Amino acid sequence: MISKKVNSVNEATLGIGDNMTFMFGGFGLSGIPENAIAALVKSGVKGLTCISNNAGVDDFGLGLLLHQRQIKKMISSYVGENDEFERQMLSGELDVELIPQGTLAERCRAAQAGFPAFYTPAGYGTEVAEGKETREFDGKMYVLENAFKADYGFVKAWKGDEAGNLVFKGTARNFNPNMCGAAKITVAEVEELVPVGTLDPNQIHIPGIFVQRIFQGEKYEKRIEQRTVRIKKD
Amino acid sequence: MLNHYQNNIMLDKTGIAKRIAKEVQDGYYVNLGIGIPTLVANYVREDIEVEFQSENGVLGMGPFPFEGEEDADVINAGKQTITTLPGASFFDSATSFSMIRGQHVDLTILGAMEVAENGDIANWKIPGRMVKGMGGAMDLVASAENIIVAMMHTNKRGESKLLEKCSLPLTGVGCVKKIVTNLAVIEVTEKGFKLLERAPGVSVQDIQNATEGKLIVEGDIPEMNL
Repeated sequence: MISKKVNSVNEATLGIGDNMTFMFGGFGLSGIPENAIAALVKSGVKGLTCISNNAGVDDFGLGLLLHQRQIKKMISSYVGENDEFERQMLSGELDVELIPQGTLAERCRAAQAGFPAFYTPAGYGTEVAEGKETREFDGKMYVLENAFKADYGFVKAWKGDEAGNLVFKGTARNFNPNMCGAAKITVAEVEELVPVGTLDPNQIHIPGIFVQRIFQGEKYEKRIEQRTVRIKKD
Repeated sequence: MLNHYQNNIMLDKTGIAKRIAKEVQDGYYVNLGIGIPTLVANYVREDIEVEFQSENGVLGMGPFPFEGEEDADVINAGKQTITTLPGASFFDSATSFSMIRGQHVDLTILGAMEVAENGDIANWKIPGRMVKGMGGAMDLVASAENIIVAMMHTNKRGESKLLEKCSLPLTGVGCVKKIVTNLAVIEVTEKGFKLLERAPGVSVQDIQNATEGKLIVEGDIPEMNL
């Protein structure tokens, strides 16, 4: 067994520096790497390019990095829930590249899988396709999109083991598996780091080969953005 | 301009959702957008089997959870807490969009700011205003074979949303097949907007007046059966 275990978030984030490109798993606040984000805030690294479907909220998730003005550029599909983000975007402090959500996921997967680029129909005929190569296949038009290049990928899983194997829970899975192995170094934090041999090899979502560092996360808040319930009738 | 309709029984958002629910057929996998489309799930016939997909990674979505049973790890694309039904599955985002891009999802229902008579749709950006992003809308409209737009026929200023040509930045080109509004059911054809049904109490002339793009009216136009 090749061990990927590190003992702390500080060890897991060794080597990070200014002006790097980072990937962050999560959809809204669900499945975000809370511990890694906190460590990045504390580290003070700046000039970051962040690839993440969303940009957190004002006081949580990537909103914490935005608040400290550590992010230079965001690459996302939807950034609606964050006033500080809006302020920095409108004032020009923050560069924002909005891309279709499926294209974002596939640019991660392409990087993971060793494809330099792929054709997608998403965005053809819109401003997203401006300046990009387009091509017809079987009478339909497609846009050429490149794989992402990133220095670190920060992901969060439900369970993991020392070998770096990961299991996700519910819709907290989202972009996390697609980002594993898509950056030079993948850092996985887990709610529960279990002894090797505990996880059933049949049930592993991401094999440890895609993960360079894994650590036991702490104090997960797992905030809910839109708590929506129905009333129980007796 | 909207005052003109006040004496009629034109549909509210629930009515639009009820009418669209009739388009959902047995065995369909369906992706619902945020807003009116979300309401459609409440009105699908109970004697058919349908599975709802949410692009953040769930198939087989159920109703909202009871209070105290919310799970931060189980949400929909609107970030609302949800439940799952027996037979449900979770998956990553790339797999989710493989279902969409690969045309495995049978029906996509989404809102729009504008639709053009050639099927172009604009629903993500208003120049000069804060742009939140397209989310999964561009992937959905570029890929789905069967797209129904749920929207009001006119905007808040009373201007038509069914246009000869979209004025806002596009989300997708030539992709909308059907539109259900508070006034009408319309099919997008090669010749323009073809009027299929009228909302209760709404006349063909009312619909004509509220439609900027080319409206094709052939024969008697029936009232919607809700």
